[in-house]
Amino acid sequence: MARKGDVVIDIEKCKGCEVCLAACPEEVLALSNEVNSKGYHYTVKVNANCIGCANCAVVCPDAVITVYREKK
Amino acid sequence: MSENNIISPENLVYSKTEVMTDRVLHYCPGCGHGTAHRMLAEAIDELGIQGDTIGVAPVGCSVLAYYYFNVDMQEAAHGRAPAVATGIKRVFPEKYVFTYQGDGDLAAIGTAETIHACNRGENILIVFINNGIYGMTGGQMAPTTLPGMKSSTSPRGRDVKTMGNPLKITELIAQLPGTYFVTRQSVHTPGNVRKTKRALKKAMEYQKLNKGTCFVEIVANCPSGWKMTPVQSNKWMEEHMFPFYPLGDIKVPE
Repeated sequence: MARKGDVVIDIEKCKGCEVCLAACPEEVLALSNEVNSKGYHYTVKVNANCIGCANCAVVCPDAVITVYREKK
Repeated sequence: MSENNIISPENLVYSKTEVMTDRVLHYCPGCGHGTAHRMLAEAIDELGIQGDTIGVAPVGCSVLAYYYFNVDMQEAAHGRAPAVATGIKRVFPEKYVFTYQGDGDLAAIGTAETIHACNRGENILIVFINNGIYGMTGGQMAPTTLPGMKSSTSPRGRDVKTMGNPLKITELIAQLPGTYFVTRQSVHTPGNVRKTKRALKKAMEYQKLNKGTCFVEIVANCPSGWKMTPVQSNKWMEEHMFPFYPLGDIKVPE
């Protein structure tokens, strides 16, 4: 089984561009219904399937995602 | 293992590099500039040359690049970044000098500076962001706009009969004997982003060899200028930009 991972999203810096959603292989991310202080819908984690591949963080133009992955 | 245990410093696999400042980027949502900035910053970070790097910021969307890179930066007049970088590199030959320019800056107003700096073989890295449009001023037609591509000054699409042909400046520059490494990359998928970082890292390392100009073009999207969502614009870029601006190395050292 793939190693489990987790993401921490800086919602105040997120601009809701959805590029990370397209990059996630496990469909872990989705756009929130709420908005941040700048009025952007931000990315949230919707399930626990994250494998810590960091694809979302790598493509994020605003570097809002920090990725963790459990050790083997 | 519960989720709370995963979020701990020893499990960290990816976070923003220290070579980028904490300032919020002013770019539009989904703009490729942010990713390109970060890849250049990560390349500098991984080579451990943060203290020895000097960047030159352009005029255009990325005019505020000096706020975002945590290295010494200098702002240049519109299009003149390669000339400014030439001066910096000649005064500090042991430093790593890069310019970061868009297509309006590098391929329009700054064509002369770009071509002559590359032809002289100045030992600098030029990072060229090509989104085929003047993004900052409202999406006007640029020299790099594709044939038939709509922009605010070519609302029926670029007609090459009256508006001329798009300029493939990267191919042009690869012909010059002064260039050492010329490549074209993109930052729209995780794989391409990682390739771009490798190319930027290689180009930075080549400065040590004193062999000539390194030129990295990054084909990027402009969701606001193209009037698309970021995800749509990335798809449009794959379908329309890449056939005209194919990705890959154009000139590699032997």
